[in-house]
Amino acid sequence: MSKANKKRSRLIFRGVVLLLLAAAILFSIFSKDKVEVLAVGDKAPDFELVDLDGNKHRLSDYAGEGVFLNFWGTWCPPCKREMPYIENQYQAFKEKGVHVLSVNIAESNLKVDTFRDQYGLTFPIVIDKNKDVKELYNILPLPTTLLIDKDGRITKVITAEMTEKEIISYMESIQP
Amino acid sequence: MGLASLSANLLLVSFIAYLVATLFFGGAVKGAKSEASYSNHRWGNVGITITIIGFITHLGYFITRWMASGHAPLSNMFEFTTAFGMMLVGAFILLFFLYRTPSLGLFALPIAVIIIGYASMFPREITPLIPALQSIWLAVHVITTVIGESILAISAVAGLIYLLKHVDMTKPSRQRFWLEAVMFTIVLVLGFVLSSTTFKVAGYEAHFTYIDKNEAPAKITYHYPPLFGMHEYEAQTPGAMEPWAEMPAVINAQKLTTFVWSVVTGTILYLILRLIFRRPIASLLQPFAKKANSQLMDEIGYRSVLIGFPVFTLGALIFAMIWAHEAWSRFWGWDPKEVWALITWLFYAAFLHLRLSKGWEGKKSAWLAVIGFVIIMFNLIAVNLIIAGLHSYA
Amino acid sequence: MSKIKCQCGHDNPFGTVLCEKCGRPMTEEAKKSEVVDMRYEGSARRSQTYKRSIIDKIWNFFSSVKVGVGIIIAVLATSAIGTLFPQKLYVPVNQDSPAELLAYYERLYGIIGTLYYKLGFYDMYNSWWFKILIGMLGTSIIIASVDRVIPLYKSLKKQRTKRHASFMKRQRIYGAGLSGDAGSSLAKAEEKLKNMKYNVKTEDGAILAEKNRFSRWGPYVNHTGLIIFLFGVLLRGIPGFYVDQTMWIREGELRSIPGAPDYYLENKDFILETYSKEEADEVFGEAIDRVGTIVKSYQTDVSLYKKKEDSLPGSTDLEHVKDYPIVVNKPLKFDGYNIFQMDYRLAELKSMTMQLIEKKTGKSFGQFTIDLDDPEGVYELNDGARVDLIGYYADYDGVENGEPVSKSPIPNNPAFIFDMITPEKPNGEKSFVAIRQTLETEENAYQVKFVSAETRDISGLTIRKDKTLYILLLGGLIFMIGVIQGSYWNHRRIWIQKGEGEELLIAAHTNKNWFSLKKDLNAVKEFADLPKYEDRLDNESSSEEEEGEK
Repeated sequence: MSKANKKRSRLIFRGVVLLLLAAAILFSIFSKDKVEVLAVGDKAPDFELVDLDGNKHRLSDYAGEGVFLNFWGTWCPPCKREMPYIENQYQAFKEKGVHVLSVNIAESNLKVDTFRDQYGLTFPIVIDKNKDVKELYNILPLPTTLLIDKDGRITKVITAEMTEKEIISYMESIQP
Repeated sequence: MGLASLSANLLLVSFIAYLVATLFFGGAVKGAKSEASYSNHRWGNVGITITIIGFITHLGYFITRWMASGHAPLSNMFEFTTAFGMMLVGAFILLFFLYRTPSLGLFALPIAVIIIGYASMFPREITPLIPALQSIWLAVHVITTVIGESILAISAVAGLIYLLKHVDMTKPSRQRFWLEAVMFTIVLVLGFVLSSTTFKVAGYEAHFTYIDKNEAPAKITYHYPPLFGMHEYEAQTPGAMEPWAEMPAVINAQKLTTFVWSVVTGTILYLILRLIFRRPIASLLQPFAKKANSQLMDEIGYRSVLIGFPVFTLGALIFAMIWAHEAWSRFWGWDPKEVWALITWLFYAAFLHLRLSKGWEGKKSAWLAVIGFVIIMFNLIAVNLIIAGLHSYA
Repeated sequence: MSKIKCQCGHDNPFGTVLCEKCGRPMTEEAKKSEVVDMRYEGSARRSQTYKRSIIDKIWNFFSSVKVGVGIIIAVLATSAIGTLFPQKLYVPVNQDSPAELLAYYERLYGIIGTLYYKLGFYDMYNSWWFKILIGMLGTSIIIASVDRVIPLYKSLKKQRTKRHASFMKRQRIYGAGLSGDAGSSLAKAEEKLKNMKYNVKTEDGAILAEKNRFSRWGPYVNHTGLIIFLFGVLLRGIPGFYVDQTMWIREGELRSIPGAPDYYLENKDFILETYSKEEADEVFGEAIDRVGTIVKSYQTDVSLYKKKEDSLPGSTDLEHVKDYPIVVNKPLKFDGYNIFQMDYRLAELKSMTMQLIEKKTGKSFGQFTIDLDDPEGVYELNDGARVDLIGYYADYDGVENGEPVSKSPIPNNPAFIFDMITPEKPNGEKSFVAIRQTLETEENAYQVKFVSAETRDISGLTIRKDKTLYILLLGGLIFMIGVIQGSYWNHRRIWIQKGEGEELLIAAHTNKNWFSLKKDLNAVKEFADLPKYEDRLDNESSSEEEEGEK
């Protein structure tokens, strides 16, 4: 090997090693999120929960249609405020291929039942008794709402209270 | 006689044995012209025999206490520090048979004696194990660590001898100052032992209530006349001294009081010694070091780091990580004790690199060995007593 | 880059201190020195040879041991700063609230605490600059090792048995003198050295005895271990390699395990045991007297369930895997996961027992128990009476817009609205009942009275999965092998060769433990009648030996 060649390969070797090491350092600084979290564009994982009347609901039952997946609790004030709007828009959109599936997190049947009657809710309400779906979807604050399109993909995750106007535009966005 | 009291007596026997052995090593050094001629001196042989007897009774203390309590006696400050003293003697015996040098014994044994004396100032009763310590790893991790640390400490002893021999005590210099500072620190430890024993014999106790740093009420007992009061303290013992000043919640005023008493007692002790001998303590000890062979001390200082470093790594880092993973669910949590173990390890790693590549030998290497010992002691004492963490059992 | 030609005819790379083959000094400095520096065998470290491009400059920077030691000291010093005050993780406030954290440091440590927080020392070990420091340490370990191990390997491989006299003369241990019969002395020395397990080579009236060369590789082996360890730590940043979750689970609760899909845990019982004085007998009595209660164990009895393979998340179709008591130091292990007992809370309300009484007579219609997690709507009582639960507020927090509100689903402060239906009042009487409080819209004839409350404990568990553990363990193991190999053995070499006439030259070198080397050499000297040697760095013991011989 000629001297110039040798020098070049040495330079390449050193450059590559240094580059790899620098990349490793940068990676260690920026890799903070160690939990795999569902993100927009992911396929919404299927689940099966029982509603207040004892009927089973699967997410996959709604394949081909939009799903407005709302996680909530009876004790949470913003959940209470947005419920009537969701009910209104459920009525408006149920014929247009957008469904509301409302998941209560591990509360008692009595409590959820009373709540439904009090607010006159007609969409299906399922209870996630062992917090399985909550873990599956990494739900932290309540309310959290996921928009799922007709292909079963998550198009948006909303972790705040919604106005009626927003609910309308969200439902429109997943209309098949 | 129960096992527990047998255990306490055995410890006393070994304590006395180390004191006696020191005298014999002193005799061996005094009677010889130089290192080579005293390596097989009769006094030296008697000295090492008595040391071994002391070590065996010390081991007896350890085993009988283990039998009495049902767990390795390494779960509190007294037990840990006593074990450290024991292993220090063990490490000395090992290096004595490698190098046959009584001067090492002359300095290592008094240090072991001081360490045991220091340990005895902490509560000595046998405590049951809290859940976090109920594991076989208590014995495995702590014993390995203590062995590693004590071998590393021998390096500091050899370094100290080297420095006493080579630092010129006739003229003021930075090295002379720091060497005397090391001596002063040792006198302070004696001051702690002295003052603590005095008040213990006198049976001094003062109870207080106070508000801790999490704003919860708590109780504390002083064994010294309280110079400093805890955060929002209220005296519970009538007739006890009124503290001079109240401390904020983050400062443990009881420990501060103990510390100040020890420093004051130690300083008075030091001044008395200076008045009697009219010389720095270091120069007082210099004749005992003069006959030691410099190359040999340098070599022992280096070799003991080489022997101790792998043992320390295994015990204080690897076993520690395995146990931490079992008990606390993570192998490393940046707890102060863990960090200081890492600091100790990094320090000795730096020591080895400096020695290997930069040729730091002689005085430089001896100073590093002494600093290493200071770090180990800091981790043992200060981190346990000052910096609260998962490891503060005492 | 020009090569340096030695007088013996060997071409040495630029930067060589001692000729790779015969050991003649190559630099002016080496020629002048009395005892030559034998580090890396006087070979040319590549780092010191080329200093051209920026890449070479960075490379050379990390190759330096001085820089390496500097980085070690920097890590050491910054680590120490991080222990000054507790790290964020150990601070008992909300971890995600900067304001609370700052307030904590400010309250306890004043202005220094504020500074400590502002400078980011409260979470120092996760800071970008600390990570960069560790990264630089790793870089230094890799580059410095690569730069040294190859030349060292080459020069140890190339070394010749017969060395030049100038090499011998510059060794720390050196001796020259006449021997009665040089030839037989050499033969005897060879025999003795072989007995002492030295690897002996001869060449033209010269002996090179070598032992434990492998210990020279120790540092490089242990550095490899460290790199593997750091690599393992790096991998934890990749999602899926590492799970770290916590969960609170109440006695009686069955819930899915966070971070462990398809697995469910049921808390059957939490047990907190303390050492009792009687049980601990005379051994621990004194300690318990002094400290008060000492905890013996924290235990959560659990059942582990797994979702049946064909069922979906959310379904209650589970199969039982095992029962296990989780205690500190004995985590539940399954499928790569570990579940640890970490925390607990005692006595949360679980159910409340009430009774319906007639106020006037105090007559009771019987008791009923409300499960606070799953209350019923109707409680049938004696004599045709019943109580309807028409409102339940688990964590009652006052009234808003005329309606009682609950601030969480946890029964910390339960409140109820009852409708009491009795034969006398078939239309019912309404009453609001909270802890130590009963409100009535109008004076009622009947009352729901609190009888007793039942509680349960909550276990705080940590869920971990760490696929990197074995990599870390491997790194640790390799480090230990390397550090032991390098520390507990040492590389010794003894050169003996004929000089002029019957003169014999001896020289010896070791990387450490000269004391033992001299012991070996003395044994050979005695057996083979070799000339006396001296240790040029130890004047004291050489003179002592003479003294001893007098």
